[in-house]
Amino acid sequence: MQRPNTYRGGPDERGHFGLFGVRFVAETLMPLILAVERAWEAAKKDPSFASELAYYLEHYAGRPSPLFFAERLTRHWGGAKIYMKREELNHTGSHKINNTLGQILLARRMGKRRIIAETGAGQHGVATATVCALFNLPCVVYMGTTDIERQKPNVFRMRLLGAEVVPVSSGTGTLKDAMNEALRDWVANVEDTFYIIGTAAGPHPYPAMVRDFQSVIGRELREQMRRAEGRLPDTLVACIGGGSNAIGLFHPFLDDASVRMIGVEAGGLGIATGKHAASLTGGVPGVLHGNRTYLLQNEDGQITDAHSISAGLDYPGIGPEHAWLREQGRVDYVAITDEEALAAFQLCSRLEGIIPALEPAHALAHVAKIAPGLPKDHLLVVNLCGRGDKDIFAVAERLGTRL
Amino acid sequence: MSRRIEARFAALRAEGRAGLVAFLMAGDPDGATSARLIAGLPAAGADLIEIGMPFSDPMADGPAIQAAGQRALKSGMTLQGTLDIVRRFRTADATTPVVLMGYYNPVYRRGGERFVAEAAAAGVDGLIIVDLPPEEADELLPFAETAGLAVIRLTAPTTDEARLPAVLARSSGFVYHVAIAGITGTKSAATASIAEALARLRRHTRLPVAVGFGIKTPEQAAEVARLADAAVVGSALVQRIAGNLDAAGRPLPDLEGAVLAEVRALAAGIRAARRTERAAP
Repeated sequence: MQRPNTYRGGPDERGHFGLFGVRFVAETLMPLILAVERAWEAAKKDPSFASELAYYLEHYAGRPSPLFFAERLTRHWGGAKIYMKREELNHTGSHKINNTLGQILLARRMGKRRIIAETGAGQHGVATATVCALFNLPCVVYMGTTDIERQKPNVFRMRLLGAEVVPVSSGTGTLKDAMNEALRDWVANVEDTFYIIGTAAGPHPYPAMVRDFQSVIGRELREQMRRAEGRLPDTLVACIGGGSNAIGLFHPFLDDASVRMIGVEAGGLGIATGKHAASLTGGVPGVLHGNRTYLLQNEDGQITDAHSISAGLDYPGIGPEHAWLREQGRVDYVAITDEEALAAFQLCSRLEGIIPALEPAHALAHVAKIAPGLPKDHLLVVNLCGRGDKDIFAVAERLGTRL
Repeated sequence: MSRRIEARFAALRAEGRAGLVAFLMAGDPDGATSARLIAGLPAAGADLIEIGMPFSDPMADGPAIQAAGQRALKSGMTLQGTLDIVRRFRTADATTPVVLMGYYNPVYRRGGERFVAEAAAAGVDGLIIVDLPPEEADELLPFAETAGLAVIRLTAPTTDEARLPAVLARSSGFVYHVAIAGITGTKSAATASIAEALARLRRHTRLPVAVGFGIKTPEQAAEVARLADAAVVGSALVQRIAGNLDAAGRPLPDLEGAVLAEVRALAAGIRAARRTERAAP
């Protein structure tokens, strides 16, 4: 395989990241998605769009998020110097607000009057409900019944924010089913509705658009690390469900050959058990939710159910740019089990006073594996993409504690 | 082969009436019942048969067809099983066109070239792949053209004049107009909007136009039949299946009779429609 001149040039005009991405949707949606693409292309070139987004990111979401030197974890693991990009300190408690602010500003430019979204852990749902309250637009969030059960605090938050949360019981009642239902809503309400997709997946231009909104993470990190250490980081680690926090962290560094990047998928009960959500580690290429990417599926092309303790990673696919980066060999992808993530969840809480979400706990668990073997001057950054308040009930149950 | 589709629409034109396209999901509620139901469709008045290839994540389908697909998958239906049903159907019926409708992933997983060749060999006449838009159709189209399978395109109320030529380019068999902006089996379109869409389509294509999504009753089918070359009915039929299952999902004795009676009623509505029209001055 020939190495490209740049890893940051994709996708092409039809949405290809190599074989992956593109636009596989029903004809009813096709004209709408083309309209989103035109609006996005125009917004990208409009300085007033950029300055409006920058204003809300700073004054509403609280950016830039800090870069924190995790001294106790560094000492505990005894190897690489551990930094955390504190995306959990953003308003609404995760990186999701970076994207929902961008997309709702686009929806307003397009004159759309109704917002829909899908959510897994509820972080994207909360971030969408939040910006809908801010801009006074009605909001409908589709959420699987299984996820509603394990993420009750976020369901309540969305309702407080004025959103309608629609339970989705088809399939396993998780993120993929919520996305199916959101797409069905969009097909039926094409005139007035904008679909704010929460991850860097779906039909073109969503994977590229969400990546661009999330790349603020990596851009800030570049500058923050230059100030802290006077150089580039050596390793970046982020968890991956659909992969929006990871691509946002990685993308600005893709052409810096010295920076190693690792995406951490949810290994559930273990890859060998088949009960996991690791599409790259345990899936094959296919077409779902408007894009071609690695999918968990059986021999007959039926999508199989993902499993993860983390609702935000419980998805049988992955953003297409990750599929491409993996085939290019630019980013490494690994899997972490539920148990390993739970251990990291507790360790980070005790040693750093930061209760991470179960999603970045997967990234931390992988750092636990590699940090001890790295030299002390090795700069490792883990994206702390969400805070764990939403997970305390699920974790308490797993640990046998009644709340 | 797509020739069966052309011959059937030519015959319908000669009869001066529209056709009934009956949709059933392969394997709903189980392989054997499904095969018998499909075998019974022509005698009940279906002019073309559309067989759904079940998929776990049918994003353009409403609750009725979603449930049909789930029943089919639960009963163990596969892409191979779907082709087997067509092959058996063809041993008894050499003329009724059979069109497969489904989503791209199962086809992609099997391999587009292999799937198209197998489908043609089984006696399939055309393909509708809901989530393979014309922009990406090159993945399948050359193989389908080689195998002589029609590639049937969907048009929607959202498909504007500027986009129509690209949508219709290299389509064959017939055009499937989705009458509503929405999912299958939910709301129904106003007759006026269907008439307007058909007029627009016919400025761009000489292919017959079938209209579907939201046609539930013989009366609605008749209304569409006055305007279009065919009416597609799916959700109403699979709901008959759903209503004739026991608590464990097994077919009740009346299931096949009930579904085929529904087909007969729809066919009667369609046939009567043209007669009414021709009787008018």
